Amino acid sequence: MFRNQYDTDVTTWSPAGRLFQVEYAMEAVKQGSAAIGLRSKTHVVLASVNKASSELSSYQKKIFKVDDHIGVAIAGLTADGRVLSRYMRNECINYSYTYESPLPVGRLVVQLADKAQVCTQRSWKRPYGVGLLVGGLDESGAHLYYNCPSGNYFEYQAFAIGSRSQAAKTYLERKFEGFMDSSRENLIKDALFALRETLQGEKLTSAICTIAVLGVGEAFHILDQETVQGLINEFEVVGEEPPAPADEPAAPDQAGDAEPSPAPADQGPPADQGIAPMDI
Amino acid sequence: MTKQQANWSPYDNNGGTCVAIAGADYCVIAADTRMSTGYNILTRDYSKIIQLADKSVMASSGFQADVRALQKVLAARHLIYQHQHNKQMSCPAMAQLLSNTLYYKRFFPYYAFNVLGGLDSEGKGCVFTYDAVGSYERVGYSSQGSGSTLITPFLDNQLKSPSPLLLPAKDAVTPLSESEAIDLVKTCFASATERDIYTGDKLEIVILNASGLRREYMELRKD
Repeated sequence: MFRNQYDTDVTTWSPAGRLFQVEYAMEAVKQGSAAIGLRSKTHVVLASVNKASSELSSYQKKIFKVDDHIGVAIAGLTADGRVLSRYMRNECINYSYTYESPLPVGRLVVQLADKAQVCTQRSWKRPYGVGLLVGGLDESGAHLYYNCPSGNYFEYQAFAIGSRSQAAKTYLERKFEGFMDSSRENLIKDALFALRETLQGEKLTSAICTIAVLGVGEAFHILDQETVQGLINEFEVVGEEPPAPADEPAAPDQAGDAEPSPAPADQGPPADQGIAPMDI
Repeated sequence: MTKQQANWSPYDNNGGTCVAIAGADYCVIAADTRMSTGYNILTRDYSKIIQLADKSVMASSGFQADVRALQKVLAARHLIYQHQHNKQMSCPAMAQLLSNTLYYKRFFPYYAFNVLGGLDSEGKGCVFTYDAVGSYERVGYSSQGSGSTLITPFLDNQLKSPSPLLLPAKDAVTPLSESEAIDLVKTCFASATERDIYTGDKLEIVILNASGLRREYMELRKD
């Protein structure tokens, strides 16, 4: 990128007031395979693309359970992500042990952000090269946060990180206004649609993605392959039919909704009747 | 001048009795629900039994504050295990963990007398019995607590296999059916309640088998 004399270590400012090492760390996040998060008032869905480094190997785990009420999806240096997940799990366990109640998500992300900041201000450390989408449920509802290597964190309605995440973000930007009141099933469908955008033409199958859900009355868990494939089949079939009748409060996506995406009619979610049972 | 003795003890004994019996495909773990201090009753409705994992249930008598702390430590350790191994701890694994946790505080022990009951990896009942510092052994049945001196001889009479020196070596688990074992436990407590002042009020029975976990209660004498 920009090879210059101010990017050798993280404790050197550039004349323009930038810390290049931190920015390079954020580049590492962009190189990782895509991870997506969305939330409604009551649920959070995390989705990731399963990228294997070669045909012979298995894919890297990108979604981790942190506690019953918190899960995280990562993009970037997965080793750093694993270590941070272990930290988050520990923090949750220690908090539960002391206070006999679940750690509020907002607190956890601050702790995580502070931990990341330390690595931007020590000459013997390097920033974590991983972006984390932290989804969690606490007394104030469902939340989705994004933690950067820089030590910043933001709350989102929906977000995507990693390679080709812009395609997913474009889709999410179109749809996000309806997410807050979305049903659990529609939220998962939107996650799958967004994930498909990042695949850029490649066929979406359950082998190539991982979906995790958490919400009110539902502990964080990763959906099994069968369930995910069932959902994909449902919406792909409907996607080829003429616009399905509206079954959500928002106006149905009829013929006027000309999608520029390569996928067939990216309509609103199909009718809810005959939906495969999702509870595992 | 005689040596000064401490007039404050970090420990207290809250009394109570625990029993566990292993069967061919089930395990029964029981404890009374009376919590006392000295000659007083603190409450008649305190559970000494906790489910640590899918197939591990622990009952502990002694100093309940230490018991509670021990339960919390084991629960946290089990969570860590699940995160790392993506599965529940087996009962023998939990048994070893409990032993290590107790010995960790060898020089300021948990005043807890534990019986761990559950199903092993073959689905057979298993019971592990402990002392306060973690010495443990897998057995077919066990009793701990204030009523143990009254119950253990009775269980020996009803359940004890012939001497281990006699070949072929017999399995320690009882051939009794689940309902027979439950009745035996009820009999044990009814008798212990008669003569042990720290045992009584109510009996909590937990039964673990292939279909899962089930709880039963029985009233005991309240005097």
